[in-house]
Amino acid sequence: MFTSKRMVIAMAATALLAACAAPTLAPAPTKSPNLGRLATAQEIAAADISIPPDGSGLPAGGGDVRQGAAVYAGKCVSCHGEKGVGKPADALAGGIGSLATATPLRTVGSYWPYATTLFDYVRRAMPIQSPKSLTNDEIYAVTAYLLNLNGIVAENAVMNAQSLPQVKMPNRDGFIDYSRR
Amino acid sequence: MTDHHDPVSDAVSAVATADAARERRNFLKRGAAGLAAAAAAATTARAADPIGGDFPEWSTKIGTPLRGYGQPSRFEAPVQRYVQKAFGDLAPGTGGARAPIERLEGVITPNGLHFDRSHNGAPDIDPAKHQLLIHGLVKKPLSFSIADLLRYPMVSRMHFIECSGNSGLNLAPQPPQLPAGVMHGLVSCADWTGIPLALLLDEAGVEPAGKWLLAEGADSAAMSRSIPLGKCYDDAIVALYQNGERLRPEQGYPVRLLLPGWEGNMNVKWLRRLKVTAGPTHTKDETSRYTDPQPDGRARQFTFEMGAKSVILRPSSTMSMQGAGLYEISGIAWSGGGRIARVEISTDSGATWKDAVLQGQAMPKSLVRFRLPWEWNGQATALQSRATDEKGNTQPSRAAFRAEFAPDIRFHNNSIVSWAVNADGSVKNVYL
Ligand code: HEC
Repeated sequence: MFTSKRMVIAMAATALLAACAAPTLAPAPTKSPNLGRLATAQEIAAADISIPPDGSGLPAGGGDVRQGAAVYAGKCVSCHGEKGVGKPADALAGGIGSLATATPLRTVGSYWPYATTLFDYVRRAMPIQSPKSLTNDEIYAVTAYLLNLNGIVAENAVMNAQSLPQVKMPNRDGFIDYSRR
Repeated sequence: MTDHHDPVSDAVSAVATADAARERRNFLKRGAAGLAAAAAAATTARAADPIGGDFPEWSTKIGTPLRGYGQPSRFEAPVQRYVQKAFGDLAPGTGGARAPIERLEGVITPNGLHFDRSHNGAPDIDPAKHQLLIHGLVKKPLSFSIADLLRYPMVSRMHFIECSGNSGLNLAPQPPQLPAGVMHGLVSCADWTGIPLALLLDEAGVEPAGKWLLAEGADSAAMSRSIPLGKCYDDAIVALYQNGERLRPEQGYPVRLLLPGWEGNMNVKWLRRLKVTAGPTHTKDETSRYTDPQPDGRARQFTFEMGAKSVILRPSSTMSMQGAGLYEISGIAWSGGGRIARVEISTDSGATWKDAVLQGQAMPKSLVRFRLPWEWNGQATALQSRATDEKGNTQPSRAAFRAEFAPDIRFHNNSIVSWAVNADGSVKNVYL
């Protein structure tokens, strides 16, 4: 990750030596026995739960802030605290504007670049003692509630497959893509 | 990571207590053996006596019967991973079990001691019911059973895996006084065997629009990460074996992804699904976590390759020296960039550096063991090691690393580790 280039010439010499002495890795096999079975559309639909920023794959259904507050009170508050302040588990609200300060608070509201990630993550992993137990309506609703807690959507907002990908998160442009460096 | 509870120091004190008990036992035994030897010496003249009295008990009776799966000596029972549950019993499967690297030698991590970082426990997967699905931007979406996968041609490679949160504890304002494994033990190394991922992707036929791959686990956290396809075609492995035996459950049984040299979290365990996509999915663990915030408030995302790194393990913090004299400095080095080219050691707090000897052939993206003899004169000093890989990537100082990132940086700390050796023989973690 963090790297600096020093002693380039000495290094080149060492690398050359290392390269001469190094064992060559056996080439990877390239012939396949072709045992894969064609997957059906139904099994793919049942397995595919990842939601990218454009919202493709979001299920039918929806939920609003008020319904989400009820889901949160019943299934999340014990670990994430009243109004998402956190304790014992992560804070889910607050910290907007804190990222460049000496005491940054990184939450769904202040740090996450996409609202679709919130739906995706809650659906796959929360509540932590019974993941994948919520209905799609409950997940949309609690997503709406958490976005409203952070002041990102209005009190009367409804989250569904159309509205969720439209939500612009405050830190959308806060990331620098290092995947090609 | 110790803000919620302090299971790390609990684990450490448990180990220390077990050690003390073992020391006491050994001491008593040595005493008893001494007496027995004296008694034996007095009677050796009697030729008619059996010689058994001169031998320890274990040399005179039938040993442990043959058994199906071997276990370490009971005297090695204190050698355990350091278990840290980030949220205590609220989420008992969330956190890390760190390898006790300061108690190991060579470069292979025994399977039971390989570090484990899991997000909601290790699932108990029946391989007969597990499938690996490849779909998305492919010509033929395919499903593979484990029995199918076991028939594929395979490669075996020695690679380290390091959690990018490793050494995060050494970013605390004050240097923690903990065993090296507690701070730096989220790294391990094994001989991994599996199928080149490229082979399976080619069978499905990736569409030209496919540029990324979403990998997802079958654990209850359904851990998922996005990977550029280039890496998948370079050296990625769908791994089934670890050090010769099938994967341990904590390492992803029955099948995991191995992305040599890339941050541990991406090496998705309990692999159930690979979806070829046009762009990254921006999962929770590549946005909320495993991103590297800068002081300006922005954060680096998709920082995959683990930096060049090394740590001296003998001696290391919480150990103590036994007086002036000759010691061997021994430690491990690794880099996600390739082979380790050299490890330099300073025994005078960074004033001068000497090359350590690398053991055997340094393999790419693998741990390598380094050693250097050291005559300790009994005076206070500090030990440091600095690794450089074949591409010229080298370890930064802790101060330089800190300056580059936000105050709450937790990931990718590959900065130089410093151990103070004090005149009283104590070895302490210090920031230089
Ligand atoms: C039993 C405790 C518990 C309950 C109940 C629970 N969570 Fe969590 N939650 C956690 C833990 C622990 C984590 C951290 C998981 C990790 O680090 O892998 C977490 C993480 C999260 C995160 C990611 C936070 C971040 O910044 O990365 C979100 C979002 C979340 N939970 C939402 C919810 C929602 C919504 C509910 C209710 C439907 C819920 N949680 C119920 C324990 C809980």
